[in-house]
Amino acid sequence: MSGTFVGMPAFPKAAHEAVHDTTLRGNLRHATHTIRGKRAKAVAEMSDWAELREAGKRIKDHTLRHLDRYLLQLEESVTAAGGTVHWAADADEANEIVAHLVKMTGESEVVKVKSMATQEIGLNEALEAEGIRAYETDLAELIVQLGKDRPSHILVPAIHRNRGEIRDIFSKEMSEWGRPAPEGLTDTPAELAEAARLHLREKFLRAKVGISGANFMVAETGTLVVVESEGNGRMCLTLPETLISVVGIEKIVPTWQDLEVFLQTLPRSSTAERMNPYTSTWTGTTDEDGPRSFHLVLLDNGRTDTLADEVGRQALRCIRCSACLNVCPVYERAGGHAYGSVYPGPIGAILSPQLRGVSSEIDASLPYASSLCGACYEVCPVAIDIPEVLVHLRERVVEGGQVTTNGNKVVLKPAKGHAAERAAMRAARWAFSHPGALRTGQRLASRTRRLHPRTLPGPGKAWSGTRDLPPVPAEPFRDWWQRTQGGKGGAK
Amino acid sequence: MSSRERILGRVRRALADVPATERDGTAYERAVPRGYLREHGERSVAETVELLAENLADYRAIVHRCTPADLAATIAGMLAARGAKTVLVPPGLESEWLAAADAERIADRAESTPDELDRVDSVVTACAVAVAETGTIVLDGSPDQGRRRITLVPDHHICVVRVPEQVVSSVPQALERLDPARPLTWISGPSATSDIELDRVEGVHGPRTLEVVLVGD
Repeated sequence: MSGTFVGMPAFPKAAHEAVHDTTLRGNLRHATHTIRGKRAKAVAEMSDWAELREAGKRIKDHTLRHLDRYLLQLEESVTAAGGTVHWAADADEANEIVAHLVKMTGESEVVKVKSMATQEIGLNEALEAEGIRAYETDLAELIVQLGKDRPSHILVPAIHRNRGEIRDIFSKEMSEWGRPAPEGLTDTPAELAEAARLHLREKFLRAKVGISGANFMVAETGTLVVVESEGNGRMCLTLPETLISVVGIEKIVPTWQDLEVFLQTLPRSSTAERMNPYTSTWTGTTDEDGPRSFHLVLLDNGRTDTLADEVGRQALRCIRCSACLNVCPVYERAGGHAYGSVYPGPIGAILSPQLRGVSSEIDASLPYASSLCGACYEVCPVAIDIPEVLVHLRERVVEGGQVTTNGNKVVLKPAKGHAAERAAMRAARWAFSHPGALRTGQRLASRTRRLHPRTLPGPGKAWSGTRDLPPVPAEPFRDWWQRTQGGKGGAK
Repeated sequence: MSSRERILGRVRRALADVPATERDGTAYERAVPRGYLREHGERSVAETVELLAENLADYRAIVHRCTPADLAATIAGMLAARGAKTVLVPPGLESEWLAAADAERIADRAESTPDELDRVDSVVTACAVAVAETGTIVLDGSPDQGRRRITLVPDHHICVVRVPEQVVSSVPQALERLDPARPLTWISGPSATSDIELDRVEGVHGPRTLEVVLVGD
C-alpha cells in the first residue's frame, strides 16, 4: 500500500474490497465497539452534556460568521506574544513556508506531533522532496509511517492494525529509521508502547525543530492548545528551539473562557476519558522555557470555499474528536482507507468533497458513503448535522449548481453517472402530476404482476442484484381507498 | 496580492449572507448561551478533595495524603522507595519539602540539555491548580514548578497539591484561575496511549509514574 490518497477509486469500489478483508473488519469492529461503550459512559457522567454541546456549536458558528475579524485579532495577539504569523492559501504554499522555515534553522530533520492539517497538505512528502526528514512521534502515526501505510482514522490512524501486526511492523521497520525494536518483542500493548518510547526518545532529545497542529487557537489571547495522551506532543512543543504550527483557519475560538466547553467535550468524545493525559497551552514564546522562536502558519486550503456554502459550512465546526467514525456502521465495515482522504468516516464524507470539490470520482462518491442513519449527528459534540450536509452534497453532485472553488464562484455541471436517475425522477414528476396516467399505469402494473421479473433490467440490475424487488399489490392503493372508503367500508 | 489579503477577501465574500446587524460588538455575548453547569453536583470542600483523589487514582496516578508537618518525610520516603539518586528541583520549590531527602538535588537551569535531564531519576514540583472532576493537575511554570521540560523528561514526577486551597471542582473553575499568558501543562495521570486497539495503556513518552501528594491539615 502506498502512502498517498491520489488516484483513489470511488468509495463503492474501495469499500467493496475492504469489506472482504476479514482481519480489517475484525480489527475495526473490536476497536469501535470498545470505544463506543466507553464514550457513552463518559458522556453520561455529565448532566449538562446537551447544554455543553449547544454552547460548543454556537461558539463555533459565531466564530465562523465573523472569521475575518477573529483571524485579524489572533494574528495581532500571537504577534504581540512573540510569535510570527504566516498565511497559506493552499497546501503548496503551506508546505513551501514550512520547508523554508526549517531550512533557515540549518536543520535537516524535524519531529512532528500528530496533526490532521499537516496530513491533509502532505507535509512529510513535501519536506522529503526538500531533503528534510520528518519523524512522526504519535504512536499510531509512527505505526503508519513505519508501515508505509495510510491513516484510516482521525484519532487513531492505525486503527486498522491489531497488536500482532504492530509488533511485526516494529520488529521489521524500526531499524531503518533509528533505534531497532527490542529483541523478542511481544504483542502486549505495554511492550509495544515501551518499544516506541525507546525508539523515539533519541529523536526527541536531539530535535531542534518541532512541527505541530493545534486543537484550538484563542483569538483574544493568542494561545494555542494541543490535546494529547502520550507526551510526544509535549516533547515536540517544549524541547526544540523552533516550533512551527500549521493550523486550519477554522480552529479559532474567540475567548479563553470558550475552552471550558471544549476541554470538557473533546476528551469524552474522542478517547472517552474525563480528561486526556496531557494538554499543553502556549502563548507566543516564553523566556527560557520552550522554543525560542514560534511560527504559526494559518491554512486555508479549501476552508473558505467550504465557508461560502451556507449549508455545508457547519462542517467547519468539527473539532476532530472522531466520535462519528466510531459509531458509523459504514465506517465500521468499510474502514477508513475507502474514503480516500485523511478525513475518513462521516465527517470525512462531508469535509473532503467540500475542501477538495466534487470533481474527482472519489469525492463525488463520498456523499453517498452513508445510510443516513444519523448516529453521527447524535454523538457529534458540536452538533454537526452530517446527514443534512450529505443530502445537500448529493444534490450538488446530481444537479450541479453554483459552488466556490479557490475563492471563485463557478457553476458545476451535473454528474454524468446520474443521467438515468434524473430521467427516472423526471418521469416520476410527470406521472405524479398527471393523475389519470398514474392510475392507468398502476392498474396495468397490478394486472401484469405475475409477469414481472425478479430483477431489474439494464442499469437497475446492479441495484436489484442484492435486493428483493417489492411485490406489486393486486390492487393499487388509490383504488382500494375508493372502493372501501378508506377502510371504513369493512372490506379487506 | 498577499495570501493574507487573498484569504481575508475569500472569507469576507464567503460570509456575504451574514447580516450587517450581526456585526456589532455584542454579537458574541448574544450568540453563546452558557446554560451549562459551573460544576457538577454539590459537594463539601472535603468531598471535592476526596473526588480529586479518586479520579487521580482512577487514571493510575499514585495518591498520598499528609499534613504539612509530614510532607518532607513523605517525599523522602517516595524518593527512597523509588531508589532515586538524583532529583530535579525547580528554583522556587519550598526548601523544607526536600529537607529529609537523600537524593542529590539537580537545579532546573536554562543551560541543561535534554540528555542531562534524561539522566535524572525524579522531579518534585508544586502545581497551580487541581481539578477534582477530571483528576487533573495543572502546572503554569511558576518558580515552584519550573520549566515545562523538567516534568516531562524524567520518568518519575512527584507533584504536591495544597488542599483544599489549590483544588477546584471543574474545568470552568480551573480556567478562571489560570493565566493564559503562562505556558500551561494539564496532567491527568501518567503518560498513556489509546493507539493500540483503542484501549488505554499507561506509559509512553512522559513520566510513567506520577505521584500526587495532597498536603493539608
